[in-house]
Amino acid sequence: MRRRSGLAITALAFGYAFLYVPIAILIVYSFNDSRLVTVWSHVSTRWYGELLHNAQIGDAFFLSLRIAAVSASASVMLGTLAALAMRRGRRFAGRSAFEVLVMMPLILPEVLTGLSLLLLFVLLGNFFGWPSERGATTITLAHITFGMAYATIVIRARLSELDPLLEEAAADLGATPVRTFWRVTLPLLMPAVLAAWLLAFTLSLDDVVIASFVTGPGASTLPIVIFSSVRLGVSPQINALATLLVCAVALIVGVATLTLARAKK
Amino acid sequence: MAADAAAMPAIAVAGVSKRFGEVRAVDSVTLEIARGEFFCLLGASGSGKTTLLRMIAGFEQPDRGRISIDGEDVTAAPPYRRPVNMMFQSYALFPHLTVARNVAFGLEEEGRPKAEIRTRVAAALDLLDMGGLGGRKPHQLSGGQSQRAALARALVKEPKILLLDEPLAALDKRLRERAQGELVALRKRLGITFVMVTHDQEEAMGMASRIALMRDGAVLQVGSPRDLYENPVSRYAAEFFGTANLFEGRVVRVNGPHVSVECDTLGTLQASCAGGVSPGSAAAVMARPEHVTLSRAPAGETNMLPARLDSLSFLGSFYAGEVVLAQGQRVSARLSPAEYAAAGAPNAGEEVSLSFSPQAARVLTR
Repeated sequence: MRRRSGLAITALAFGYAFLYVPIAILIVYSFNDSRLVTVWSHVSTRWYGELLHNAQIGDAFFLSLRIAAVSASASVMLGTLAALAMRRGRRFAGRSAFEVLVMMPLILPEVLTGLSLLLLFVLLGNFFGWPSERGATTITLAHITFGMAYATIVIRARLSELDPLLEEAAADLGATPVRTFWRVTLPLLMPAVLAAWLLAFTLSLDDVVIASFVTGPGASTLPIVIFSSVRLGVSPQINALATLLVCAVALIVGVATLTLARAKK
Repeated sequence: MAADAAAMPAIAVAGVSKRFGEVRAVDSVTLEIARGEFFCLLGASGSGKTTLLRMIAGFEQPDRGRISIDGEDVTAAPPYRRPVNMMFQSYALFPHLTVARNVAFGLEEEGRPKAEIRTRVAAALDLLDMGGLGGRKPHQLSGGQSQRAALARALVKEPKILLLDEPLAALDKRLRERAQGELVALRKRLGITFVMVTHDQEEAMGMASRIALMRDGAVLQVGSPRDLYENPVSRYAAEFFGTANLFEGRVVRVNGPHVSVECDTLGTLQASCAGGVSPGSAAAVMARPEHVTLSRAPAGETNMLPARLDSLSFLGSFYAGEVVLAQGQRVSARLSPAEYAAAGAPNAGEEVSLSFSPQAARVLTR
């Protein structure tokens, strides 16, 4: 093996340090017994215990999970359909415009997306009586708007690589377009669909800006709860919660990587 | 009715045209393919042969014209409602399914009972010597095995017509020669109609019972391999099928099948023609290399021209000679060892006379 230069190793170390030292500090301090976040006293799991009994954070956690799961599933369905329209459907007027417009939520500042959706929901509520109040439903809808954009990009990329001859072969063997989709196209798209679902799920779980625009009384997602509690001074409970989240994300990413690696074989 | 059905062509293509943007991919093609034929669409790339095959399969819609299969108009029918199956050049095996599931796919779509599917899949795999490989995924197969799997998948549905898009192009040379023979034998055993697309003239001649030569979207000539080789309709067709020595000139006399062509510096050459030639028209006399003989006798008789033997190579079963005429035209000759001996065994650089018989030479006006 070639010897790596000292410079390269130093650069790598700095890169990793830049990315992971803050997280490491967070994890270490989550086991700090002191009530003051920045002052170290001694090791304890006290805040994990208190976190377990914090009903507000528990509710927010499950609400976030629910919103993320529903919006990720809807995003993936719509994203698959959008990708199919772009890559497999007949050419239609305004297709290039469609490709750009679907991507808009990625480019627009989140504040703008959140504000515009808030206005939309208020207007809809005034004229049609729906949504009567903002909450979990409106957050889910808002998350679908950008989740779908990400899902479309991921699934479209895979669809572009997929040999259209495979679908022709299925048609030649007697499969109608719908059967071809279920038996050939979708199974081959599955790794991308899973990746898109995880991406949309994580983004939804992460979002605080758009959610705080379109949320209503009684529907506080986990990021909103964290954000508002931090404004009142950081509680060491948040450190414990963040540590749990880091572990959960690491687990999901690990599983996803393994699944994709196996699917590629 | 039974007699009608037997007389009906397996595939009838009538006045079919297809454009892609400004390109005329297929230009008013009319063809009839008989039942049980091994028919070949032959042409260089871009000649429209694959587009025509894809229209028969239903993947492309013709702009004009009609396509019938077994007397039934299928012009507007989607591929999944046509009684044909296709074997793709890239095989297009489903990568997420095992070989057996790939082969079963078409039967499952027909809604056949499970037991029947199992026996027919096994029979199709056996037919192609793939018996032990049903459990493999496509990426675990060699090129030859993939080709057989693709063939099994298309044949298991027992189609009356099998379409083959360059079925051997992805195989290496040695495998290709074996697979050629196997395909011909398979067609004989099954008795169904094969329509194959290829750009390889030797492959077409070795396998097909009839060939349609295509160029720029149009069919130039349809006939048996021998017909196309011996009686090409044009200079292009003559040169597509093997080597052709062409002597350009002008028709001076037509007497039944015997035609005299005056070639400026070479004098008058005699050749034969099926008809459609009139005096005064520009024409070429075509002689295949194996019809060209050499001798040491001085020129003078019919179709005898003075020349110099430029190069000579011994290729085992024959000698290949390159001859240069007085005005510089090069002519290829192909002599069996006996013919070479009879010619007096000339060496490269020697003056010789070349000749060819008027019966073997053809007049080409196009």
